[in-house]
Amino acid sequence: MAWELVIGLETHVQLRTASKMFSPASTAFGAAPNTQAHPIDLALPGVLPTPNKAAIEAAIRFGLAVQGQIAPRSVFARKNYFYPDLPKGYQISQFEIPVVSGGQLAIVLQDGTQGDILLTRAHLEEDAGKSIHEGLADFPQGSSGIDLNRAGTPLLEIVTEPVMRSAAEAVAYAKALHGLVTWIGICDGNLQEGSFRVDANVSVRPVGSQTLGTRCEIKNLNSFRFLERAIQVEAARQVELIESGGTVRQETRLFDPERDETRSMRSKEDAHDYRYFPDPDLPPLVITQEQIDRVAASMPALPGEIRARLMADYGLSAYDAATVTSSQPSYQYLAAGLSALASLQGGVTSDRVKALVNWIMGELASALNREDSPIEASRVSAAALVGLVLRVEDGTISHKIAREVFGLLWEGSFPTADAAIEAKGLRQIQDTGAIQAFVTEVLAANPKMVDEYRAGKEKALNALVGQVMKRSAGKANPQSVTDLLKAQILG
Amino acid sequence: MDLRFSTLSELRTALDAGMVSAQELAQDYLDALEADRLGVALALDPDRTQEQARAAQRRIDTEPAEGRSPLVGLPILHKDVIVTEGWPTTAGSKILQNYRSPFDAELVARLAGQGMVCLGKSNCDEFAMGSANLHSAYGVCRNPWDPTRIPGGSSGGSAAAVAAGLAPAATGTDTGGSIRQPAAMCGITGIKPSYGRISRWGLVAYASSLDQAGPMARSAADCAWLLTAMAGHDPKDSTSLDLPQEDFGRLLTEPVTPAASPSQPLKGLRLGLPGQYFGPGLSESVRGAVEAALSVLRGLGAECLEVDLPRTELSIPAYYVIAPAEASSNLSRFDGVRYGHRSAHAQDLQALYRNSRAEGFGPEVRRRILVGTFVLSHGYYDAYYLQAQKVRRLIAQDFQAAFAQCDLIVGPVSPSLAWPIEASQRINDPLADYLADIYTLSASLAGLPGLSMPCGFGQPHSGGPDLPVGLQLIGPQFDEARLLGVAHRFQQATDWHRRCPPAPGSAGLSFTSEQVVASPSKGAH
Repeated sequence: MAWELVIGLETHVQLRTASKMFSPASTAFGAAPNTQAHPIDLALPGVLPTPNKAAIEAAIRFGLAVQGQIAPRSVFARKNYFYPDLPKGYQISQFEIPVVSGGQLAIVLQDGTQGDILLTRAHLEEDAGKSIHEGLADFPQGSSGIDLNRAGTPLLEIVTEPVMRSAAEAVAYAKALHGLVTWIGICDGNLQEGSFRVDANVSVRPVGSQTLGTRCEIKNLNSFRFLERAIQVEAARQVELIESGGTVRQETRLFDPERDETRSMRSKEDAHDYRYFPDPDLPPLVITQEQIDRVAASMPALPGEIRARLMADYGLSAYDAATVTSSQPSYQYLAAGLSALASLQGGVTSDRVKALVNWIMGELASALNREDSPIEASRVSAAALVGLVLRVEDGTISHKIAREVFGLLWEGSFPTADAAIEAKGLRQIQDTGAIQAFVTEVLAANPKMVDEYRAGKEKALNALVGQVMKRSAGKANPQSVTDLLKAQILG
Repeated sequence: MDLRFSTLSELRTALDAGMVSAQELAQDYLDALEADRLGVALALDPDRTQEQARAAQRRIDTEPAEGRSPLVGLPILHKDVIVTEGWPTTAGSKILQNYRSPFDAELVARLAGQGMVCLGKSNCDEFAMGSANLHSAYGVCRNPWDPTRIPGGSSGGSAAAVAAGLAPAATGTDTGGSIRQPAAMCGITGIKPSYGRISRWGLVAYASSLDQAGPMARSAADCAWLLTAMAGHDPKDSTSLDLPQEDFGRLLTEPVTPAASPSQPLKGLRLGLPGQYFGPGLSESVRGAVEAALSVLRGLGAECLEVDLPRTELSIPAYYVIAPAEASSNLSRFDGVRYGHRSAHAQDLQALYRNSRAEGFGPEVRRRILVGTFVLSHGYYDAYYLQAQKVRRLIAQDFQAAFAQCDLIVGPVSPSLAWPIEASQRINDPLADYLADIYTLSASLAGLPGLSMPCGFGQPHSGGPDLPVGLQLIGPQFDEARLLGVAHRFQQATDWHRRCPPAPGSAGLSFTSEQVVASPSKGAH
């Protein structure tokens, strides 16, 4: 039987505010345990929460960015459960009336497929602290520690409808969301530090079925690779289970990347009754139109708008446009390239932009990947890359040589492509006399290939071109070589 | 000189005239508190009190009287559900035994900023849950008018201390009547302001949407001074009202109504009498005193008219759903993990929670946590919690309708006189205690200001000395100044608020705690 995968994602986005959701303590990562815990975070008797205005503004920014509805009046609710890293015995969250409802996020898959992922809601809440079970050398064996530095950190939980149908779509959405929340400046996007955590709700159903299968929630996926893999192995598990006559139990599961499997964490039967009710310490959160307008005025141009412009103005493909606008730094890199082009003769042309984007997505991306560096740390500046593009365009170097030049720029040996080309003598040989000499040599050495080409085998010509190029150490202009070869053979 | 039954303004005069120093005054009350057999205080720290008194005396000596707070050097006792940096805060619970707050409650800080001298902490029902002060983990508190009887609750220690002359003023908190009812039973004046008037920062939360602190003192005028110092917006409390600072004593001197005259200071004031507050549940001894007080008010020019508060009875179930619901969540933080009592008998996390809480909480607190957990549970929320919230809104609407006809509502505070401790402990009928809150719960649910003042005495039919009866005034939201102005006119015309209970050891009633426990008593309520 053919199976369809159904995925909905819940993402906890840690908001980039100086202080916590309801307390004045700092949210900085990495401080010594419990040094950033205000009496409010410790839930001492008599403390009260005060909502963080910056966090509310961040929620408004997000609502605007996804064209969601921003509730004029939303309600903070208490989610009650006992856990040592939850000092109050409840988490302040939003339940019935979230700050943002609806909205959508555009995704583009590698094959060019485009789609909008519908959002259910986004709500404000506070994070819990951390339980520490290892590395407590100074304490008796079996001790657990509690670090409340993270307790109370503001989160925006963003929930999608169950509209994704493949792990690739889920990853594309997660990346697009990651790009957006960092783009609008509400999250630092640091996956390692837990600033962006994804839970995946996964179910399967026979293709054509309209009803949803029983879902499992996979918690706390903090890398795109784990997200993809977790969905794949969980879907495979569910299909195998159903096909062997079993049924999927609704439960929360953990992904174990070492063993490449998901494991049950708790079943629905163990699920807490959270006894949600409106927090009586906090009046409804009122957001006025003026407040929304003020935030709207401070919004940067959004990636979606820029993407559309890049496609219309320069004919970029949807995927390419989406990739170069996947983050502010990535787009800033391109923008720096565009302004370098604008100051040059010939200006910004579609061909040049496409060529530049190809370099960014090709050589530059792999170089960054190899070193696991972000684009803002690129060792080749956008202006230098533009210099390289121009030298290919004007025929000074071939594309093949250009890759070599890129490597030289990346190593930092030369400040510009021109400097590298000059110093290494990589300029294409434009002198037909010199190329003619190579051609004559090659023809003399390969009479068999010449015959084949004469007999109509086009491939033989390519091989001859390759021979000439090799003798010229790649510096001959391939077009000139081809022309000269043809002229001499057929001449 | 006996200053112990003086009002704050009398003590002000004595301090300003140099008849007594702030240290002497504080010491007088400290000595009395040390010798107390009623069980009013939980924590005393004479050195710290004296430190504050010395600082206050310096202000009296150096600052010009003009512009200086009228409260400088006046002693006050704080209810133990209000956190204090200098004194332990237990909330009357074993789970917070020896707990010390690293900060002062906002109202404590405000009163200290005005130069008030903290005498210590007063006994109360555990987490303010109770109406008899029988649910304190640190022993019962007794009524100074008859030590075999309750002082009321939950601010029982505060009320008893003021009534017995062990403190000239005290703070209390009122969630469903916890300032008004003990004030009535002990014969003092107390006001629960509108919800949001006084910051809740530093109140150990019982039911957040209802909790409100307020002053308890010997007169309405004293309460006005205190309330003016305690009230005001606090950004640390999101439910605190953002209103301009107010002098709540302004209607003590200015006319209460436009038609007022020296002989008829309440002329034109329309007092609403809800039929529901004078039904068959009201004991005759209370009814008699209240009706006599109404005659006094009429004599001062007030007009009495009947109003309808049809959902008064529903305030009991609504309150006893909402308050426990909030309490069940508010008290979750007492888990034995970070502070407070931690069970010594816990092998795992679940046992740590279960045992710490079972050992730390008393039976009434456990009962309310269970009720609250139940009414918030999946499948019951709509039927109980949501329904109670609807009733709460209707009760508020009933008041609004009534205030279209009258300026203030007047009635009894409690249906009965203070009841005997022994009988109450023996019978242990929580429901009977809940029902006795009937006249105070509505104003709490509606967030309205309510004042309780002594209006006479009643004879308990079970025998014993006559006991104070309180009169309740309920006003529209933010109308505290009028409540205090009216109460002040009543107190100018009567002397119930100046009556003192017989001092133990003096010519009056003499008792020891052993005698009190052994003394026979019959149910009075």
